[in-house]
Amino acid sequence: MAWKVTVTAVLFAICAAAAVILIVSLLGTPPVVSYSSSAPGQSVNVTLQSVGSYGSPPHPTWVSYLVRSPQGQWVHTTVFQVPEHTRINFTIYNYDSGSPLRNQQIGQVTGTYGNVATLNGKPFRVVNSNAGNGVAHTFSIPSLGVSVPLYANNGNANLCAAAPCTLKSPVQVIRFSITSPGPGDYRWQCFVPCGLGFLFGNGGPMSTLGYMGGFMKVVA
Amino acid sequence: MSETQAAGAAPTPVTTESTAALDQTNHWWRLIAVWVVLSAIADPLFYYLAGPHMPPGTMTDVAEGAQFDFNVLMVCAIPVILAVWIYLLYALITWRASRGGPEPVAGPEARGHLGVQVGWIVFSTVLVMFLFGFGTYELVQPEGAGGGEGASPIWTPASKTILPIQVIGQQWKFTYRYPTFGGFETDELVVPSDTTIQFNVTSLDVIHSFWAYQLGVKADANPDYNNVAYATTQQLGSFIVRCAELCGLWHGAMYNSGAVVTKQQFDSWARLTEFRLRKNTALLPPYRLTYTPDANGADGSYYPDNVDPYSKTEQYGAPQNNGAG
Repeated sequence: MAWKVTVTAVLFAICAAAAVILIVSLLGTPPVVSYSSSAPGQSVNVTLQSVGSYGSPPHPTWVSYLVRSPQGQWVHTTVFQVPEHTRINFTIYNYDSGSPLRNQQIGQVTGTYGNVATLNGKPFRVVNSNAGNGVAHTFSIPSLGVSVPLYANNGNANLCAAAPCTLKSPVQVIRFSITSPGPGDYRWQCFVPCGLGFLFGNGGPMSTLGYMGGFMKVVA
Repeated sequence: MSETQAAGAAPTPVTTESTAALDQTNHWWRLIAVWVVLSAIADPLFYYLAGPHMPPGTMTDVAEGAQFDFNVLMVCAIPVILAVWIYLLYALITWRASRGGPEPVAGPEARGHLGVQVGWIVFSTVLVMFLFGFGTYELVQPEGAGGGEGASPIWTPASKTILPIQVIGQQWKFTYRYPTFGGFETDELVVPSDTTIQFNVTSLDVIHSFWAYQLGVKADANPDYNNVAYATTQQLGSFIVRCAELCGLWHGAMYNSGAVVTKQQFDSWARLTEFRLRKNTALLPPYRLTYTPDANGADGSYYPDNVDPYSKTEQYGAPQNNGAG
């Protein structure tokens, strides 16, 4: 009889521990990269990269964004912090290939200074996703009306296969600026259904914090 | 249970005197009188004071209809609520057990009352059947009461000038196409006042639900299907659009605001937006009531793309023959 009680107690303890570990892992959030302006009123530079496959566990094949810290380290996260009411200059290095868009509506630049962005130094307002390399991803903050399509690399090129990628790999550099709003957490995400292997492309990395969506935390 | 009963003795009978006293007090008529008076006070108070402020407001004819329906339901419900509460309160006060008194459960008064039971069933049936008829009538007028009527609406508005707006759901936002203004597509939903709107609701991926709460409009957005809902605007103001169908991780963030503006403001906005978005509009597929994306992830083009780089089995919707979407 005693051994039955012991076995039951051990099994219960194992299940409870597994449940706790699962809950803690689900509640876990990616690290926060914090940017601050060197002086009041000065702009802040935020740098991201998008890669076709992260290359490391737990999901090496998943497409992902990374954020570069002010110290120059690439961090696997999609959560970054900026000061309020400040000009934020974004630079996004896109190392991924692309395709036509499911909805060309997201092929246009909105919500940035002048509703314009630059692609490798050349200003643009719209990307025709049915021409050229298509669109790889978007950087969009819906509540601020910000959306910028990221022009893709040629899918036949020798693309970077594991993050962090460097400028030695084929890359498209997209720059744009916005003004940060008041304090709060602003969701941002990619609107291109780029989760390959998932129904309609919106599962997996598109539905996991730290890959293709995150938060811009604005602080006072 | 009293100590006497616990000891196995027979329950204390209700005395003839106490039964007679109960009979002498006409509880039934007293309850009805209190109920009628309170209902007569509460119903008009609700209808005329709170009713005009009930959701979803009066921004459109269908919203006003929904508000009226809600108020009628409340006017019917208030007497029922009062009947239950008054009876409970009356019973607590009048028939509570007193210290040292006889046990209250005994005698014919504790048994069911056929008249009350029949009356309650008849009253409930009449009320529910009335609400069934009323609800059915209100659903079909005006023009489907703001609900999605499917691709071939039965109840169509009489107005000759209807503004069509296409609502496109996609994970995780709504976009809007204005076919009478060159077919531009935007994140903004702006509608003119005093105008009948025909919402053509569809989806590019999973099932969403277009819920413009203050407009009184709610229609499912199904892929490869056009769901039509009507509303006639009658008040200026802003409103919120939410997705009302659990559609994935960011479902909770799938909302945006819209506005009912004057016809002049709408005309200016529409023409300016048409001009501003003209470059992107030229790249959109021709306006259609539905589109046929496929399920192949990033290559799920807006068009039937006739290219199948990932899967031959996951294709969604109509066969992907070549041609404009």
